Amino acid sequence: MYAVDGMALEVSSVTKQFAKNDGPRWPWKRNGNGRKLVVAVDRISFQVRRGEVFGILGPNGSGKSTLVRCLSTLLIPDQGHITIFGHDVQRDEMAVKRLIHRVSVEASFFKKLTPMENLLYGARLYGMRAREARKRILEVLERLGLKKEAIFQPMEEMSRGMQQKVAIARAFLTEPILLLLDEPTTGLDPRSKREVQAFIEDLRDNHDATILLTTHDMQEAEALCDRIAILDDGRIVALDTPAGLKALVPRTNGHELTLEDVFMELTGKQLVKEDDEVEEA
Amino acid sequence: MLRVMYEIRASYAFVERNFNLVKRYWGWEVVWLVYSVANALAITFIGAGTEAITGQKIDTKYMILYLLVGTLVWHYLSIVFDNVSELIAWERWEGTIEYTFMAPISRFTHMIGQTLFSLVYGLLHTSLILGVVVLFFRLDLSKANLFGGLLMLVAGSLSFVGLGIVASVLPLLFPERGSQMTHVIQALLLLFSGVYFPVSVLPGWMQVLARISPATYVLAGMRASLLDGASTGSLFGHLGRLVLIGVAAIPLGVAIFRQAEKYAKRTGKLKRSG
Repeated sequence: MYAVDGMALEVSSVTKQFAKNDGPRWPWKRNGNGRKLVVAVDRISFQVRRGEVFGILGPNGSGKSTLVRCLSTLLIPDQGHITIFGHDVQRDEMAVKRLIHRVSVEASFFKKLTPMENLLYGARLYGMRAREARKRILEVLERLGLKKEAIFQPMEEMSRGMQQKVAIARAFLTEPILLLLDEPTTGLDPRSKREVQAFIEDLRDNHDATILLTTHDMQEAEALCDRIAILDDGRIVALDTPAGLKALVPRTNGHELTLEDVFMELTGKQLVKEDDEVEEA
Repeated sequence: MLRVMYEIRASYAFVERNFNLVKRYWGWEVVWLVYSVANALAITFIGAGTEAITGQKIDTKYMILYLLVGTLVWHYLSIVFDNVSELIAWERWEGTIEYTFMAPISRFTHMIGQTLFSLVYGLLHTSLILGVVVLFFRLDLSKANLFGGLLMLVAGSLSFVGLGIVASVLPLLFPERGSQMTHVIQALLLLFSGVYFPVSVLPGWMQVLARISPATYVLAGMRASLLDGASTGSLFGHLGRLVLIGVAAIPLGVAIFRQAEKYAKRTGKLKRSG
């Protein structure tokens, strides 16, 4: 276990549940009025040290994105506490916002605007001067392999892989010290996936950034993460280094264990179902 | 000082972004302008046709100008309301809402940036409609106090922005139809304020509500300055009431929005839908 001092992220007994529609709602009925509570995140606790790449591995609907939204001030947990570099996410919301950025599975932009216009908008929101921001945007996007002419074309004309690279550039531009990557490579073609992963490796090796990465790609988790938490039905079922997780499960027939084997052994489920494409809410 | 500069830069982000979007959606802007001009003409033609309808002799130009002020205020209010409520609806549609709400800026800065754009855009649009209708009916504005009229609209903007921020809570809380719900507020506001008629023809209980509506004073002040050429000094009564309502409405709007934002973050309504 790492020392608490100097922790980048501390999550303590965080629970989040949502009311979902379940049949018709009748205003005169107090109970059972068509709403049921669904627990998305169930008493989760973990810590991430500064400079660590921490993975959260779980199938769709396991609560990964809900947890990331709680960390990024977009959801208020029902119970528990989250601190980021010592700042409470609820009480010191503005301080936390200055330290973090998030990349989600969907590269969300104003599609009619160009990458330059979108990123300039983002940079201004973080207090950057226009001249400095334009220079940085060009540097970061070119480093991510975007051609100069693509930087000044509407986002809607770009492939999804390219859009995701712009999303990563948006997050990187403001130099967050905690980067929340919520399935950044889901749905990308193998080449784009590899390029995004290489960029994350570069961030890990050359920048003072702590990274929290959610994924259901086991190889990605194993290659990039120092430690991995396995999430199922909103609960952490195991947390260790990739090698430590594999040591939890006995080898059978002498074959090399994968994280998929570990996940199946611990949860009795497959990590990725064929019809699972996009992570849950 | 550094903090103020930071917030101004952040505010300008919304102004610049919205002007970039206007440039990209220029086709829609042309359609919207044609619709707005046609709408204004359709209403002001009622003034042109009143003699033919009633068989009574009236001052047709005065009647046209009276109705024109109503259409201008309605149009301006629509633009301010639509832009402010789009603050939520459009960003949710594009999926950028979570990124904007995650940015380290105060909600006040966010609102001011969005509304600043809508005020500039609304004033340009409204001036264009005024110009087209005046040319179309060859209205004589040589005795009108145009500056006074503009001042009334700008002073009214403070309250309209405050009410617009309150209205933008609706798309935040009702992702599917919240944006359309804001039209109800807009329509009721103008109905009680005498958009195409004097407030004195309203039933007593509606006249009571008219007294607390900022649009009442905008309409009255604009009519006084454009129709009667009232001096700017004589508009101070209306201006004072508008500033007073505005000064109360903006902080109240932001406070209500903050509560709605907390509710949205508790219930997960911020994220993209559809």
